[in-house]
Amino acid sequence: MKIDRRSFLSLGVGAGAGIALSPLPWKLTDDSSIWTQMWPWTPVPRDGAVNYVNTASTICSGGCGLSVRKIDDRAVKVEGLKGYPGSNGNACIHCMAGIQMLYSPNAVKSPMKRTGKRGEGKWQPISWDEAISETAKKLGELRESGKASTLACILNSDYGTIPALFKQFLNAFGSPNFMRTPSYQDAYEMTLALMHQTDSMAVFDAENADFVLSFGSGIIDGWGSSVRMFKANSSWKEKNVKLVQIEPRLSNTAAKSDQWLPVNPGTELILALGIAHVIITESLYNKDFVEKYAEGFEDWTDNEGNKQKGFKNFVLEGYSPSYAARVTGIEANTIVKLAKDFAGASAPLALCGRGQGTTPGSIHEFMAVHALNALVGNINKKGGIWAMPKPDYIKWEQAKLDDTAREGLKVPRADGAGTEKFPHAKYLLTRLPEVINSAKESPIQALFVSGANPAYTLPDTKAVAKAFASIPFIVSFTSHMDETAEMADIILPNHGHFERYEDIPAPPGYNKPVVGLARPVISPQHNTRHVGDTLIAIAGKLGGTIAESFPWKSYEECLEKTMGENWTSIQESGVITNPDYEAPGWDTAFETSSKKFAFIPGNHNPGNNSLQIPVIEGNDNYRLTLIPYDSMRLAAGPVGNTPFVTKTVSEKVLKGNDICIEINPKTAEKYGLKQGQYAILTTPKGKAKVKTELSPGIMPDIIAMPRGLGHTGIDEYLAGKGININELIGPVEDPASGLDAAWGIKADLVKA
Amino acid sequence: MSKAQEHNKAKKYGMVIDLDKCTGCGACMVACMAENNVPFKKDESDKLLSITWMKVYKLTNGKDFPDADICYLPRPCQHCEGQHSGHSPCVSVCPATATDYSTDTGIVSQIYTRCFGCRYCMAACPYHARHFNWWDPVWPAGMEKMLSPDVSVRMRGIVEKCSFCFHRYQRAKDKAYMEDRRELEEHEYQTACTQACPAGAIIFGDLNNPDHEVHKIAQPDPGHHGRPKNPNAFRLLERLGTNPKVYYLSSREWVRKAGDNYLKTEKINKH
Repeated sequence: MKIDRRSFLSLGVGAGAGIALSPLPWKLTDDSSIWTQMWPWTPVPRDGAVNYVNTASTICSGGCGLSVRKIDDRAVKVEGLKGYPGSNGNACIHCMAGIQMLYSPNAVKSPMKRTGKRGEGKWQPISWDEAISETAKKLGELRESGKASTLACILNSDYGTIPALFKQFLNAFGSPNFMRTPSYQDAYEMTLALMHQTDSMAVFDAENADFVLSFGSGIIDGWGSSVRMFKANSSWKEKNVKLVQIEPRLSNTAAKSDQWLPVNPGTELILALGIAHVIITESLYNKDFVEKYAEGFEDWTDNEGNKQKGFKNFVLEGYSPSYAARVTGIEANTIVKLAKDFAGASAPLALCGRGQGTTPGSIHEFMAVHALNALVGNINKKGGIWAMPKPDYIKWEQAKLDDTAREGLKVPRADGAGTEKFPHAKYLLTRLPEVINSAKESPIQALFVSGANPAYTLPDTKAVAKAFASIPFIVSFTSHMDETAEMADIILPNHGHFERYEDIPAPPGYNKPVVGLARPVISPQHNTRHVGDTLIAIAGKLGGTIAESFPWKSYEECLEKTMGENWTSIQESGVITNPDYEAPGWDTAFETSSKKFAFIPGNHNPGNNSLQIPVIEGNDNYRLTLIPYDSMRLAAGPVGNTPFVTKTVSEKVLKGNDICIEINPKTAEKYGLKQGQYAILTTPKGKAKVKTELSPGIMPDIIAMPRGLGHTGIDEYLAGKGININELIGPVEDPASGLDAAWGIKADLVKA
Repeated sequence: MSKAQEHNKAKKYGMVIDLDKCTGCGACMVACMAENNVPFKKDESDKLLSITWMKVYKLTNGKDFPDADICYLPRPCQHCEGQHSGHSPCVSVCPATATDYSTDTGIVSQIYTRCFGCRYCMAACPYHARHFNWWDPVWPAGMEKMLSPDVSVRMRGIVEKCSFCFHRYQRAKDKAYMEDRRELEEHEYQTACTQACPAGAIIFGDLNNPDHEVHKIAQPDPGHHGRPKNPNAFRLLERLGTNPKVYYLSSREWVRKAGDNYLKTEKINKH
């Protein structure tokens, strides 16, 4: 047969139609998709028995109760533990992604000793015996040369057995320098110490409040116990509880509030007093509380016969709504209405501690906000603020002291806390870098860091690095290579957060006593050791009274004996709590000499009734003000973001490695800046290249930068991304308390 | 069993997300990633290339300071039913039947081993709920230990999306069968995001079951392809007729309006 054009074409069409109608092409595409997916490098997760281990979180500050799903011996998923106080069935974003930390390739795999220069990143793995001997030797030398008091410990908490072990160690060793990283809890504890004369924690019956006035507290941005506050916020929505948010930026909390009041930052204190003015002049305050259970409201004559001005006249003379309006930028009639709404509610609650509360803030601001709660009589009441005793289940014998220890403990604290200048402060870690940098020889010669990452979280990173450089011996107990570990001489790695026992007391702000139990979910993945065991081993090596102060063979024994008869129940339920706890009534709540609440504390008349308002750093040559902001999707504390969490960060916050700065469109226009442009941000502390993000949700002339970026350590999914705001901002010493009261810094932004 | 009876028994799993309660914390996104072995790269800031079965969008009301407002909107796959059963935008274009509509559960499936990566479905999906694997997923050394055996790991060249945690449905069903039951309780089958949401903003259940919360809140109108009767409820791009099974609640009108392409002068269509 002759093949002509016509038959060739019809044959082709026929073959085409035949193939198309046959199952062949579909079979081939199906096969090709199957065969192209059989790559040997695609992991096939091993199947196994499903089981759950209940534990409490050590990685978030909110204290989430967790239920970890395991497949045989692998931890695969974190879920919330039902019935756990506060977080009840849920977990925060960081705990949910916590398994990525557990299995991170960046975990410290064995004890390590620095070989290169400080911060160079050259390490040599050493044995535990070697690491402990070397640490003990260095510490022994300090004691022999009479410098016992120069050992300091930095931790992120001072509740629970781990901080207690460090305190025990310092006492036996002879140093007063235990330090907790700063937070709003410092300011609240001091407020209660002054106005109640009690050593207690400020906790909140948030679920039962029916009007919430928040002075910048990021209620749904990670303030307090984050999951618990989310739940409280949802319950407010259901019950139509009004939330008023006072802050210069439209945070998530502000957006979800019923009323957002953008306030000139730093003037919140004046606003609180303006509100108090209205409550007093309109006679809306709780007379029962103010007259029977409080002192210092009316003018009084002190023991020496001097006239003292009471809170009432102090407020009435100086802080009228019109004055407050001028200073804060909030209209006077808005202040009057707000005050009436607040005082008119049956359980109004005023809160403070900006953002997630990582900066303590002005003590007078805290006292003014607390005075608002006092005026409406919502202290130790349903829906109010409670002063709750600190956890007291640790009842060990006191550390045994030898002569060296006794001498060392007489030396004043290096950070100035508890000294004549700052009598009410317990810890002033933010003062320490300056103290070290201005001294000829560092008053801290050896430093232990556990559960904290001061090289990243403390303001003025450069000054912190300089101070650390002059500390001859730094030991980190981290389980991950963080910024502080990078500056250490020896790393004694703790077990990971799902590999160890630890008691987790007092979720911040939770108004019932709680001790949660973190327990091993999986066996240790690396050659790590429990920090408690390490400390006991170092004490043993030092011998003498130090060893005698640690009568336990292991941390587990210590924890078991500490919990005593509760050990079985805490192991079974994962938590000990007392849901029926109620705060003491007004007649027994206050420990002042008159047993009354002190509007103006007798022994701490704040500068003869004059307010001290912390002024931020920088002069008028800077045209803008930079404020930090907090987000649930960025961990700004000692633990950095895991890859999953960083994945949730918006491209309007982090784009590539560039950090975006929020600026009001009008301000941007004024200074010739456009959306998404590179700009140079300058502050008195430093300079950084940033990207502009135009946002109508921020006050003009204020720019905002997120906390939690700019890590150099942690892992390659986080390091090098964005800027750490602590490089651009320094601490501002609150003149009345010594605490860090910086809420921002003067800044300038010009096109790059 | 007659066809009518079968139809009565069919489930229509769906979601109601309360945007007044959603805090934008992102816990749902992470819960989803951990539950479904979703991969991650070193840089995830190019969101067009970032695989997020559940993605939380940030809406803005477009107003100037101080009237500016924001609202977060979590977006899983909307599991569209279309105008007649199973006529979802993605299902109707898939040449490989790699994605299908289950009339038993109302869930739009994705069968990875059938997908050959033509991405028609991605073009068809009006919600950007589908994601393409441009690269093979890489877990850093040691981290593959966290992979769940319930969900297969995907590889480059295929499309993936939210499955309403279908493996959880299978597990719950298995358990029920073991206990000689045929019906699931409402709490027995919940997606990972629903379980994770700390604000309690996500509710999941059977839209066909009048006892389930989702039905009570959304009040789907069977005469109008499930359009919600609750005046605060809306669905995304309602007017496209995709008949999605994810409902949103908001007390703010500008948020409800942001759910569809309304003209500036247009009022929201009242039922």
